[in-house]
Order: sequence, then C-alpha cells, then structure tokens
Amino acid sequence: MIKIRNLNLSLGGKTVFCDFSADLPETGVTVFRGASGMGKTTLFRMMLGLQKPDSGTISGIAFQRPAVVFQEDRLMPWASALENAALGSGDEQAQAALKKLGMEESMYLLPRELSGGMRRRVAIARALAYGGDALFLDEPFTGLDEENRKSTVKAVLEAGVPVYVITHEDAGAELFGPHETVIIG
Amino acid sequence: MKAKNSWLKKALIALIYLAVWEAASLLVGRELLLPSPLSTLTRLVALLGQWESWAITGLTLLRIMSGYVLGVALGILLAIVTARSKLMEEFLAPFRSVVKATPVTSFILLALLWLDSNLVPLFIALLMVMPMVWTDTADAILHTDPRLIEMGKTFGLRKAGIIRKIYIPSVLPQFLAACTTSLGFAWKSGVAAEIIALPQRSIGYKLYESKLRIETVDLFAWTLMVILLSMLLEKLLVKGMRRIRRD
Repeated sequence: MIKIRNLNLSLGGKTVFCDFSADLPETGVTVFRGASGMGKTTLFRMMLGLQKPDSGTISGIAFQRPAVVFQEDRLMPWASALENAALGSGDEQAQAALKKLGMEESMYLLPRELSGGMRRRVAIARALAYGGDALFLDEPFTGLDEENRKSTVKAVLEAGVPVYVITHEDAGAELFGPHETVIIG
Repeated sequence: MKAKNSWLKKALIALIYLAVWEAASLLVGRELLLPSPLSTLTRLVALLGQWESWAITGLTLLRIMSGYVLGVALGILLAIVTARSKLMEEFLAPFRSVVKATPVTSFILLALLWLDSNLVPLFIALLMVMPMVWTDTADAILHTDPRLIEMGKTFGLRKAGIIRKIYIPSVLPQFLAACTTSLGFAWKSGVAAEIIALPQRSIGYKLYESKLRIETVDLFAWTLMVILLSMLLEKLLVKGMRRIRRD
C-alpha cells in the first residue's frame, strides 16, 4: 500500500494540495480522476520524486524504475520514432513496443512527420520499452482513436506491472477493466 | 528540370552583375581606378598559374583557419562554463562585451606589439569567432528544453547520457549556425590583420603591395581570391553540417 499522508503543496502562490491523504494500491490499475487543474499531474510528480511536497509524506513506494508517459509527449524533435522509443532501452525492445502499438511503418520518421496520435504512441512505446517496474500514464489517450486506445491498454496490461493512470474520460478508464479509482480535488 | 532552371537563373544573375561591372569600368575608362572583370579574371588565372600564389594562399588559409578552429573551441569551452555557472557568466560577461565592442583594428595593432606577425591574423580570427560561438552556444545550452532533460533522467539516463542524447543534439543547430556566420568574419578580419601585420607570404601582404604600387588589377584579383575562398569554405562547412545534422 502506498500511503500518502497530510500532503501540502503550493505552487506559484496557489495551494494545490491541502492536507491530502490517500491510500493507493501497489498492484493492478489505479485511475486518478478529477477536474483539470486539481493536481493529478502534480501528485504523479511527487510520487515519482520529481516534485517535493511542502510537507507531508508518501511512503510504501516499492517501485525502483518507474516508466512514465508524461502529459506532453516530450519527444526529441531531432530523433526518429525508434530512437525516441529506445531512449531508455535497446533498439529491440523499442521496436517490439512500437510494433505492439501499430507503429512499425513509421519507425524511422521524425516527430514532426508524425500525427499527434502517432507521437503519443511513440511516447507510450518509450515507456513500455523501458521495462519499468511501474507505469505512470498521464492522459495516455490524447489523440488516439478507439482502436489505438485498445491496443495501448492491451500492451500496458501485458507489462504486468502496477499501472497508475490519469484520465478525464470515463470510457478511457473503463478500457482498463477492473481498477481502483482515486478522485482528486 | 527545376534544378536546371535554378542554375540558369543563377548564371543569369551573375552575368547581369558582371555586365554592370564591365559597364562601370568602361564608363570610368581607367583600369587604375576600376579594372574590368576580364582583366581581373585574367590576372587571377595568371596568379593561379604560379606556385608562389598557392603557397601564399595556403599560408593565409592556415593562419586564419587555425584561428577559426581555436576560436570555435574556446567559444564552446566558455559557453559550457558560463551556461553552467551564473557566477562565471556574471564574471565573464564584461570580458565578452569588451571583446565584442573593441574595434578589430585596435586588436590588430595591439597584437602586433605582442605577437609575431604570422600569429596576428590567427589571433584576430580567434577573437572574432570566439565571442560569437560563445554567445550562441551558451544561449542554446540554456534554452535546452528542461522537460526533455527531466524525461531523460526519468528514463535512467546519467549525466553523460543527458549530454550526449539531449544537450548536444539540441544545441547543435544554433552552434553550427554560429560557426557559419563567424567563418566569414574570421576570414575578413584575418585578411585585414594580414594587411596591417604584413607577414611574409600572405594575401594581406599582396593586397598591401598592390595598393602601394597602385596595381589595382592585382588588388582586385587577390580580393576576388579571398571572396572565392570564403565562399568555398562556407560551402564546405555547410555541406559538413548537413552531414552532422542528417538533413
């Protein structure tokens, strides 16, 4: 169990978390819901150690090597889809991940030559190829059609690691099957 | 078809410029004041037939290009130092401003006091190139997308990996552009330094000599040589860059 206790955080003079506590499962799929601007991404960042809370604790984190799909794609504009996907892994893993997401035709294209949905899939492939012991997906479905959402969820569940997802869509959350839901805000 | 057209267009434009030059020279009517394109080209071809001209050109090239390479290297080094440390940036910023603002002739005259005349053009080219590469490279380092750096760290890249996979490719376009722009400056200021420092066997010496003897055709021919070399070097540099950037 990941225990979040009495979290407080202000960013730029705005209170994002005020005495926030929650328990999160260490296995399976956890979906974070809530209106935008309520701090879902910031909670992710604190769980990943990218953002320190002003006060409060997050304990019981068992993962060592989280793989992240950020809210933005964060692709290197000078590198091909394959090079981007292989950033934290080898070419083989990256190729396999891109194939799972239906990107085998576009591996050697640069991000600017890809559509928005394809760029999203490269970012997801990078996280899958990394082989982390937990997956953090911040709005993974942005720009993806129904078919690609399904293949993304399939590939994510196949990884067999705990998955933490931020999505504002009911349909997106349902695709993951049984899951815990945490409401933020 | 398109490539052919663009060549034709370029040739036509060059021809128009040559015609204007020829007309002006005819109008002036004195080779001493404005030599015709034909006599300039004839002299250039004659120069190219002499071993001595090649030696002169080679030595000028060597002086200026050594200064250029050293200037680029120093510019990179200073860019890294000042981009990494705010204190170093504040400390070195006045130095950069002074180097940028000082008239190149003042530097040439100063360098003449300190250095062998062969080293003056090298030093001057270095001084021209260094601040340009420094400024642009430091700027590019500071503008590397922090979200990409965070992403790289998240995906397990260490410092060397972040530098190699994120910083260098991100900085490269602006750095290479600074290299191209500063090449022209190195070349012009380097030749100017030669004209004042007068190292034996240099294009600058030849330019000075032709002015002294009022051999305007020589002045034009050597100047044309400088222009052609500068264009050639820039072409080579741009070609090399395309290779590095893979586009």
